[in-house]
Amino acid sequence: MADLSINLAGIQSPNPFWLASAPPTNSGYQVQRAFEAGWGGAVWKTLGEPIINVSSRFAGLTFGGQRVFGFNNIELITDKPLEVNLKEMDETKKRFPKHTLIASLMVEHKREAWHEIVKKVEAIGVDGLELNFGCPHGMAERGMGSAVGQHPDLIRQQVEWVKEVAKTPVIVKLTPNITDIRFTARAAAEGGADAISMINTINSLMGVDLDKWLPIPHVDGKGAHGGYCGPAVKPIALNMVAECARDPFVGVPISGIGGISNWRDAVEFLLMGATGVQVCTAAMHHGFRIVEDMIDGLNNYLDQRGIASVMDIVGKAVHTYSDWGNLNLNYKVVARIHEETCIHCNKCHIACEDTSHQCIEIVRDDATGKERLVVREEDCVGCNLCSIVCPVEGTIEMVEIPTGKPPLSWNQRQAALAGGGSCET
Amino acid sequence: MSVPYDLQKNFSEVVSALKPKEAIDEANRCLFCYDAPCIKACPTSIDIPMFIRKIATGNLLGSARTIMEANPVGASCARVCPTEELCEGACVLNHASRPIMIGLLQRHATDWAIRNNVTLFEKGEPNGKRVAIVGAGPAGLSAARELARLGYAVTIYEAKEKAGGLNTYGIVSFRLPQEIPLWEVEQVEALGVTIKTNTRVGVDIMPDELVESYDSVLLAVGMGSVPALHIPGEELEGVLDAIALVEETKTRPLSTEMVGKKVVVIGAGNTAIDAATCSKRLGADHVQILYRRTAQEMNCYQFEYEFAKQDGVEFRWLVAPKRVLGNNGRVTGLELIRMELGEPDAKGRKRPVPIPGSEFSIEVDFVVKAIGQNRHVALVEQFGLQHENGIVSVEEGTYRTSHPKVFAAGDVIFGGGKTDAMVVDAANHGKRAAHAIDKAIRDQKQPV
Ligand SMILES: Cc1cc2nc3c(=O)[nH]c(=O)nc-3n(C[C@H](O)[C@H](O)[C@H](O)COP(=O)(O)OP(=O)(O)OC[C@H]3O[C@@H](n4cnc5c(N)ncnc54)[C@H](O)[C@@H]3O)c2cc1C
Ligand SMILES: Cc1cc2nc3c(=O)[nH]c(=O)nc-3n(C[C@H](O)[C@H](O)[C@H](O)COP(=O)(O)O)c2cc1C
Ligand code: SF4
Ligand code: SF4
Ligand code: SF4
Repeated sequence: MADLSINLAGIQSPNPFWLASAPPTNSGYQVQRAFEAGWGGAVWKTLGEPIINVSSRFAGLTFGGQRVFGFNNIELITDKPLEVNLKEMDETKKRFPKHTLIASLMVEHKREAWHEIVKKVEAIGVDGLELNFGCPHGMAERGMGSAVGQHPDLIRQQVEWVKEVAKTPVIVKLTPNITDIRFTARAAAEGGADAISMINTINSLMGVDLDKWLPIPHVDGKGAHGGYCGPAVKPIALNMVAECARDPFVGVPISGIGGISNWRDAVEFLLMGATGVQVCTAAMHHGFRIVEDMIDGLNNYLDQRGIASVMDIVGKAVHTYSDWGNLNLNYKVVARIHEETCIHCNKCHIACEDTSHQCIEIVRDDATGKERLVVREEDCVGCNLCSIVCPVEGTIEMVEIPTGKPPLSWNQRQAALAGGGSCET
Repeated sequence: MSVPYDLQKNFSEVVSALKPKEAIDEANRCLFCYDAPCIKACPTSIDIPMFIRKIATGNLLGSARTIMEANPVGASCARVCPTEELCEGACVLNHASRPIMIGLLQRHATDWAIRNNVTLFEKGEPNGKRVAIVGAGPAGLSAARELARLGYAVTIYEAKEKAGGLNTYGIVSFRLPQEIPLWEVEQVEALGVTIKTNTRVGVDIMPDELVESYDSVLLAVGMGSVPALHIPGEELEGVLDAIALVEETKTRPLSTEMVGKKVVVIGAGNTAIDAATCSKRLGADHVQILYRRTAQEMNCYQFEYEFAKQDGVEFRWLVAPKRVLGNNGRVTGLELIRMELGEPDAKGRKRPVPIPGSEFSIEVDFVVKAIGQNRHVALVEQFGLQHENGIVSVEEGTYRTSHPKVFAAGDVIFGGGKTDAMVVDAANHGKRAAHAIDKAIRDQKQPV
């Protein structure tokens, strides 16, 4: 049994699986059920001036028969008075002292407002704070949430205000609704953030009702953009985590969020620099008990590799993530088709023929009447498309073809050209 | 004479495993229901949605563990459980689409564990207590596994050469290859359980001795051989016991005796089906199942019935054997009498009554008896246990017999029901009996 406990900027947790600040962490009843089920930590539903929610709030994206492939919402922060939340948080922390309880906070752009709320939540013994600069709807229109998260200066200043009084580690939760998340991440770090978390939800319109011509979801005939999350956003979140993890000016630990549904997703985030992960949609889809497989799967993954602690994999793949200009232009892979498992759907052929480089031929053997799919390796550019569309895992393998040339990146090539040297790719 | 290749082939597993893509597609189709009806329909309460989710996420080790944790013979059950009547029959997708192939997914995960030679469980801290188990079938093995994990020193006494009970010897190889139950046996032995094979309790070691030298004894001897038909000619060569017939195909090189011959099987439970399909696969030309009632009263499952028909087995209803006919000590024919259904019996099944004067004969080379199983009455009496026709009486929920130190589980307490006896019920009994034994021993230890 590997050691699954983590330490995120001084915050201890029995395992890396936390519930993100969202409906699953609305109340003490829910968070305590989650801890019983095995979640290592929870970021409480964002505290602030209680709001009024609309009815009809969520929408799900079904893709190819899989429900909740994506999810969006127009819900705001907590709708309960601060005192009620604090009482329930207090009870929860007392019942589960070893579990991680984080307070998510969002208040107006005033120093005193931040000081006041930080003191109140720290008084009940939370393990850390998460500043919500991410919600893209409703709160942003009131100058909070992503309205702050899109301005590095505002982030820096508010983090500074919080750090003036905070005794527990401060995590800054960032919005993805921005061109380059590293700028806001750096601002958070400059303001003194102990860690950052990402991503909050992405601006989205889930769909339009073909019969009623109304947005999905709608509230009495009108809709508004909502926050997108769930499995569909994972690649966006993973990139943002990796970009921040490799940025020398960010330099603080990261809590990864966005589309994490199982232990495999979690391992990817950890390898790309997250010290722990937070989950919302997957829990909303299946309930808290999915954490059992998350813990079990992660533990088996580590055990099978003889890795003693989950902390040992954090960031282990970050150095492999770079800029395009550093990729080796002399590296070549080609598609190779394993005939034994090919089911002859011809999808690889048509994908390559119509939309790539026309190098998979359907070769008919007249004697047997059988067809084979054959890659003309000399014309294959190694784009991966055929292996992506092939329905039988492992049937199309991308194999390396030694070019005999030394590694050469675009940047090296340009440097060499500028230096007057000659260079053939 | 060497066995023709195709006979051997007839005995390889009929149902093929799921292909990797099939397994993943199917696993992703499961809804991960909350308080799922499939779990409730499994006698051992396997957390089905969880083991399926673990397949979907690629956590096959975890999946196999989830299965085997709840059911120590979960790999065998994946193949022999009547899933339509159990988990799959309860799957909510029956109402919206097609049920999840739970049995095949269970096989997918346990096959992975078998292939990868993993150890799934560890034995508990020794607690100094000893338990003897009589019989290493599904019930005995399940109890041993649980007790070993709880820290007991467990010894199983098994009459046969190998452990596994009917899973090893009684269920045809083309449904359950022997290596599957033997892997389950290894898993139990890996927890430090001693299995004394070739040791028949009541002959090689006496019940009293066990009761005296162990803290508790579990009787899990199942049932016995097929009873006599009590008709003339039964002693002729060519009259076989269905269970012994199956056992032969699982323990010796396949015999070519039946090739081209006519076989009748008497009975209609799953033993009869196994014996009939087995005979067909041993090369018999013509195999008939004779039953004194009709298809409606048959004690086997629909899928078994279909399977037998597919194998070319014929069914003949409303007939009963009167006399085995022979020549030179060998079977040559069978005299039958037609039956009709009369008044319902105590169980509500219509009683078959012979139609006087309707006797007729058929030519046969082999008569296979498959009319149920005898009870181990003598052994039960040696233990001095209260019983009803050999069915050991136990206290509900605790599996405790009339002797405070002796518990019983599996077919030995099976008193009939809607279906024939099942492996999964035996496993469940064994598991529960183990916890009852643990509780009884711990309660005893407590100072009064
Ligand atoms: C032909 C046939 C087909 C079947 N098919 C199915 C099926 O498809 N699905 C299903 O669910 N169930 C099936 N069953 C039923 C299933 O096999 C039993 O319900 C199950 O094996 C009972 O388990 P058990 O541990 O109680 O007994 P058993 O499996 O009978 O094991 C009892 C063990 O005790 C040993 N033993 C007996 N006496 C002594 C003694 N005196 N000393 C020491 N050891 C002793 C025996 O050798 C045996 O190993 C079938 C049964 C038969 C006969
Ligand atoms: C209905 C809903 C409400 C949310 N409310 C909050 C919130 O109050 N505070 C916050 O920081 N994030 C909130 N989020 C964002 C989540 O915490 C999380 O960042 C996002 O859903 C991405 O993770 P996921 O893909 O696992 O769902 C909410 C998300 C959803 C779906
Ligand atoms: S899940 Fe359904 S029943 Fe529950 S609050 Fe939402 S709309 Fe109402
Ligand atoms: S896509 Fe895959 S399965 Fe289909 S023809 Fe090509 S190699 Fe075969
Ligand atoms: S009832 Fe069917 S769909 Fe639901 S958890 Fe069980 S197998 Fe899956």
